[in-house]
Amino acid sequence: MAKLNINGKPYDVDVDPTTPLLWAIREQVGLTGTKYGCGVAQCGACTVHIDGSPVRSCVMPVSAAEGKKITTIEGLAVNGVLTKVQKAWHDHEVPQCGYCQSGMIMAVTSLLNSKPKPTDADIDAAITNICRCGTFQQVREAIHAAVKA
Amino acid sequence: MDMNTMPKLPKVSRRTFVVGTAAAGTGLAIGMKMPPFGPGAVRAQDTVPEITQWVVIKPDDTVVIRIARTEMGQGTLTGLAQMVAEELECDWSKVTTEYVTPGQSVARKRAWGDFSTGGSRGIRESHEYVRKGGATARTMLIQAAADAWKVPAGECSAANSVITHNPSGRKVTFGKVADAASRITPPKDVALKDPKTWKVIGKPVKRLDTVDKLTGKQVYGADLKMPGMLNAAIMECPVFGGKIKSFDSAKVASRKGVKKVLQVGDSAVAVIADTWWQAKTALDALPIVWDEGPNAKVSSASIAETLKAGLDADQAFVGNDAGDAKGALAGAAKKVEAVYAYPYQNHACMEPMNATAKYTADKCEVWVPTQNGEAAFAATLAASGLPADKCEVYKIHCGGGFGRRGAFHDYVTQAVLIAKQIPGVPVKLLYSREEDMRQGRFHPVTQCKLVGGFDASNNLVGLHMRISGQSILSSVRPEALVKGMDPATFQGLARGGEFEYGYGGIPNLLIDHAMRNPHVPPGFWRGVNINQNAIYAECFMDELAFAAGQDPLEFRRKLMAKNPKHLAVLNAVAERVGWNKPAAKGVFRGLAQMKAFNSYVAACAEVSVDGNKVKVHRIVAATDPGYAVNPAQIERQIAGSFVYGLSALFDQECTVKNGRIVEENFNSYACMKIAQMPKVESIVMPSGGFWGGIGEPTICVAAPAVLNAMAAAMGGKRIRSFPLKNHGITLV
Ligand code: FES
Ligand code: FES
Repeated sequence: MAKLNINGKPYDVDVDPTTPLLWAIREQVGLTGTKYGCGVAQCGACTVHIDGSPVRSCVMPVSAAEGKKITTIEGLAVNGVLTKVQKAWHDHEVPQCGYCQSGMIMAVTSLLNSKPKPTDADIDAAITNICRCGTFQQVREAIHAAVKA
Repeated sequence: MDMNTMPKLPKVSRRTFVVGTAAAGTGLAIGMKMPPFGPGAVRAQDTVPEITQWVVIKPDDTVVIRIARTEMGQGTLTGLAQMVAEELECDWSKVTTEYVTPGQSVARKRAWGDFSTGGSRGIRESHEYVRKGGATARTMLIQAAADAWKVPAGECSAANSVITHNPSGRKVTFGKVADAASRITPPKDVALKDPKTWKVIGKPVKRLDTVDKLTGKQVYGADLKMPGMLNAAIMECPVFGGKIKSFDSAKVASRKGVKKVLQVGDSAVAVIADTWWQAKTALDALPIVWDEGPNAKVSSASIAETLKAGLDADQAFVGNDAGDAKGALAGAAKKVEAVYAYPYQNHACMEPMNATAKYTADKCEVWVPTQNGEAAFAATLAASGLPADKCEVYKIHCGGGFGRRGAFHDYVTQAVLIAKQIPGVPVKLLYSREEDMRQGRFHPVTQCKLVGGFDASNNLVGLHMRISGQSILSSVRPEALVKGMDPATFQGLARGGEFEYGYGGIPNLLIDHAMRNPHVPPGFWRGVNINQNAIYAECFMDELAFAAGQDPLEFRRKLMAKNPKHLAVLNAVAERVGWNKPAAKGVFRGLAQMKAFNSYVAACAEVSVDGNKVKVHRIVAATDPGYAVNPAQIERQIAGSFVYGLSALFDQECTVKNGRIVEENFNSYACMKIAQMPKVESIVMPSGGFWGGIGEPTICVAAPAVLNAMAAAMGGKRIRSFPLKNHGITLV
């Protein structure tokens, strides 16, 4: 049994402690906005925030997340009000299939938390998520728009 | 895909329609009798008024537009809704959409026509009947209002979901007359609006499916939850054509959560557990012995040898010829020759393949992200053994498709075969990324030898292009072969039609194909055969220009006089990029053009090369798709297609070793990241009068434009086998 704090709520999850956090979030807690893309920390689809920092949850055992503050994509918008990143994503129509976008938004949100005015080089260094639909041009535009918002 | 060359379903006999579903690699088509699509469509018995099969209007004026094709990111859902809304004259802000199911469609004499969403055909092959669906509904709504007012319908008009009696100024909203309209006999024929009067089509309206993709709310197939549902992880013999010899269930049976270990068909094993992670880890621990069959020794090198022999083989299928190419080359004053090679590649959709199935003796239901609901339905019928009225398929938005989820429903077949062994229990089958990479339907492998000949004054007198390699159709739809020839092999190189070769001015031309089919199952991969054909044709065109000492743009223009629309997009990119003015210091340019899926496309890339590092600064792209339904989404498809195409060019190869695929995850199969993304400038230049595709055509011009720019940067030095990582080259 692991005790997790996700989006401000406590959860007791009954899993083997080696289970990746991703699968505890998706299958025990039932929050499926966090995606499985590769399972080996390559694609970023599973990105969540642990104490505010971006983490690829597919390679973090659930035991390592105990006692920490976990935020998933479902925890961003409060009372249905989109964050400025989500809003910029909406205005610039970033998503195509959308499957990578939870992870992309989590990664960008945390970049802007640590660097409110990132340069293109900062973006290139911090955002290493894969998007097979190829939304990068809109991602970059939307990041710059979110900075100005 | 093109009507002339692509897997069209066999022609409709008057009463039946056969939907083929290709069983993996065997080309086995499972016939499913279906009524033809037509006016006989049965009306629905809905509680909310269905005006036509495409339009439902609720009392609160909400407009529900029905969608048969699939949204997988390309924007088709919104584009199709725009088409219906345009003719319906409804308030766009009130539009919502819903998928129809193939089971309902069959029950209603195929009311919604084709579900297939591949070959960039979502809009271009349904634009007319969905617009008619909207126009018919508008006519009926107006009639209902006129009847209520007891005035002639001709005195009424509709706009923004409001019907007005023009002489009196009386008004009523669609929602108020929808119920009455649903009872009116639909008019036999309706006129469509003149494109010049379009208000919704052609506008960059916002997509209808964005919000849920920002909050985690969008449910993909991989996310499905149902009461009592179990999860399945699967492994199929990694050597294509191999089978299961044995597996030792006892080794994993007592693991927590594990419910069953099942054989699936004769080539796969699945572990069923409470959670997918339990199933996956148990499967990893399960000892399986494979009978690898006859292909266990095949490698990329042995495949390359086979293809190489085809480059000079006597026998080849002729896809395009004019004059006497061999004679012209024999008499040429100067000849240029080159051999290119293109590898296997995996679609690597962001969402791995999955399907959820529930089976009982009198009902089989499947929930699946699919590019073709009817093909998924056919696979469900075949695997369940149940008739059409006892099967149903519910479509889900795809987390990427790119062709993997269209012609192939191996994962549906497997999910149903699993569910049959656990009746009454919904089972979600999800591939691991590794399984997804091993069991692809791969971009086919080919090589190409090109020989061009010049006369003494450097005029191109002849060109022979010999393709050697894999045919997709001979494996996937053998019935679509034409006397053994696979016409799809010649996409972008054809004599005419939707894939017309753009150099009608070459006097002596021969493009032929020595078919060589390795055991690796091929599939339709975004753009299909235009990816490598554009590299072969357009890089060699630059080689010819270089050999003739001529500017690549001028050299092309001379050969394109008979192809004004091809030329127009090429000229557009040249003009935008400023071809006649020098590029910035250290920056070099390359061009490419092609016609594909009935759209004309061209690109000009600006790159710089520093040792083994290539930077693509900018790509200017033009497309003439005839009509541009949503220019904002077209721009996104162009930029996205370049990400897909350049990832393939630089980094992606599925290597074959011991009969199986080596690359099993993104650490060995790299995909482009934002840091590598060039600035893409799109020119959308619809010239009207025809309908071209959007999702695929532009993909093919990125790679040759970049390669041509790289060659310009490297003083004419060319790389002719791909991906470029095999030459130590990286995209930065
Ligand atoms: S699923 Fe975690 S990085 Fe890909
Ligand atoms: S939007 Fe489809 S993978 Fe990124």
